[in-house]
Amino acid sequence: MTTTTATELAALLERVRAGREFGPNVYSTLDVLHVLYDRVLRITPATVADPDRDRFLLSKGHAVAGYYALLAARGFVPVEWLDDQGGPASRLGDHPDRTLVPGVEIGSGSLGHGLGLGVGTALGLRAQGRSDPRVYVLLGDAELDEGANHEAIAYAGATGLANLTAIVVDNRSATHGWPGGAASRFTVNGWTAATVDGHDHDALHAALTGHDHHRPHVVVAAVTDGE
Amino acid sequence: MTMRDAFVTSAEEVLTDPRSVLVLADISAAAFAPAAARHPDRVVNVGIREQLMIGVAGGLALTGQRPIVHSYAPFLVERAYEQIKLDLDHQGVGAVLVSIGASYDRAAAGRTHLAPADVSLIDTLDGWTVHVPGHPDEVRPLLRDVVCGTDPAYLRLSTGGNASAYPEAGDLRVVRDAGPGAPLLVAVGPVLDAALHAVADLPVTVAYTHRPRPFDTAGLRALAGGEVILVEPYLAGTSTRVVSDALADRPHRLLALGVGRTELRRYGGPADHDRWHGLDAAGLRRSVDAFLGA
Repeated sequence: MTTTTATELAALLERVRAGREFGPNVYSTLDVLHVLYDRVLRITPATVADPDRDRFLLSKGHAVAGYYALLAARGFVPVEWLDDQGGPASRLGDHPDRTLVPGVEIGSGSLGHGLGLGVGTALGLRAQGRSDPRVYVLLGDAELDEGANHEAIAYAGATGLANLTAIVVDNRSATHGWPGGAASRFTVNGWTAATVDGHDHDALHAALTGHDHHRPHVVVAAVTDGE
Repeated sequence: MTMRDAFVTSAEEVLTDPRSVLVLADISAAAFAPAAARHPDRVVNVGIREQLMIGVAGGLALTGQRPIVHSYAPFLVERAYEQIKLDLDHQGVGAVLVSIGASYDRAAAGRTHLAPADVSLIDTLDGWTVHVPGHPDEVRPLLRDVVCGTDPAYLRLSTGGNASAYPEAGDLRVVRDAGPGAPLLVAVGPVLDAALHAVADLPVTVAYTHRPRPFDTAGLRALAGGEVILVEPYLAGTSTRVVSDALADRPHRLLALGVGRTELRRYGGPADHDRWHGLDAAGLRRSVDAFLGA
């Protein structure tokens, strides 16, 4: 698997940014996306419709700039698409639309939808006897405020949905916080969990590949405020 | 046999297709226990979690499965409306939603279990087929038909209903013909018998459909004269827009009858609420007489 250098990725992100200000949510998610696409996800532009591909579901759909940059870096979309993000003829909105962007598994933007869709995807793969592909859902710590997540966390844990990984980018943006840590919301329901530095690529890689194939797995990628 | 019984039996049949997956949120889970034992990966009960129920259906459909999602109407359609909008429609995938507890089927349970607005709410979305069967024998062919496809569909089951089944009445079916130019009464689903009784001695043509969406506008144009009476078992006026659009080029008068919006805060049974909403034969007759100036 070829990799994307941080410099290449920064240049692509700059094309999406086009002089605008990005919030912390963009930068806090970038390293996780980078490690996922370079070292974890078994998806290529040639396999976007392969039923045995891994699925990556971006639930926090506002973290879209780094996502589009990675999709361009990995060849899912033409790099030129980045220059007109959000424009009237653009396929790249401020939130992603799976019907417009190759490689995008779900349309997101309203928080709290990705994990339920991920549970359904994992159940569909299981019903088809596809034990190899894995479903990864990326959320934010503030997104966990949405109750729909907790419906999915409880159900996936109770039923041991082993082909599901949730990734929570924790930039401490939840208004009322998660005392005891975001991971505890998952582990109390039977998930395995790893909490790592959200900028440490090797630690992220180890955590993202640390599932035990018996239970759902959560990786909390901790980043400092504003990063 | 009730519509719900017919649904359970028919769903067990369609589950023999490995594409089908039944998604439940505890409601009717006991009735589907044998099916769950036979198809443990394709009968999914998420517990009392309606948002997850629709999200799971969306995810299943994204993998190519055909979800059949079942619960009580207010919980299936109203509680999880954003999931229906985003996890199904916005993802470009479909599911078959099957509700029980239509309008005031469980009147004694009070407002929390009443859902007369379900069809209106589904009607804010694009491309949905809505079936409102009026007899248990209509359920099986309708379910099999919609499960075969990939488009979104809503089946609204009721404890109410008519003495006769008309399984082929997706398009308007004339049940009583009063001749050319007569006022046309269109009855949707379980209100047919009350409507027939109400206009038994009036020169009114009565047509029946169990498929309000897509509404048979060609059939409507062929049958309608200058006066149309719509009788629906959910919110009054739900199909007014469709009928008005279909007849926009013709002078016509439209009377749209159905369940009122006011919260009555009364219990009793469905027959009581039929009477209070003017959907029993006597109430329908009063409205029709006033409309036709009899």
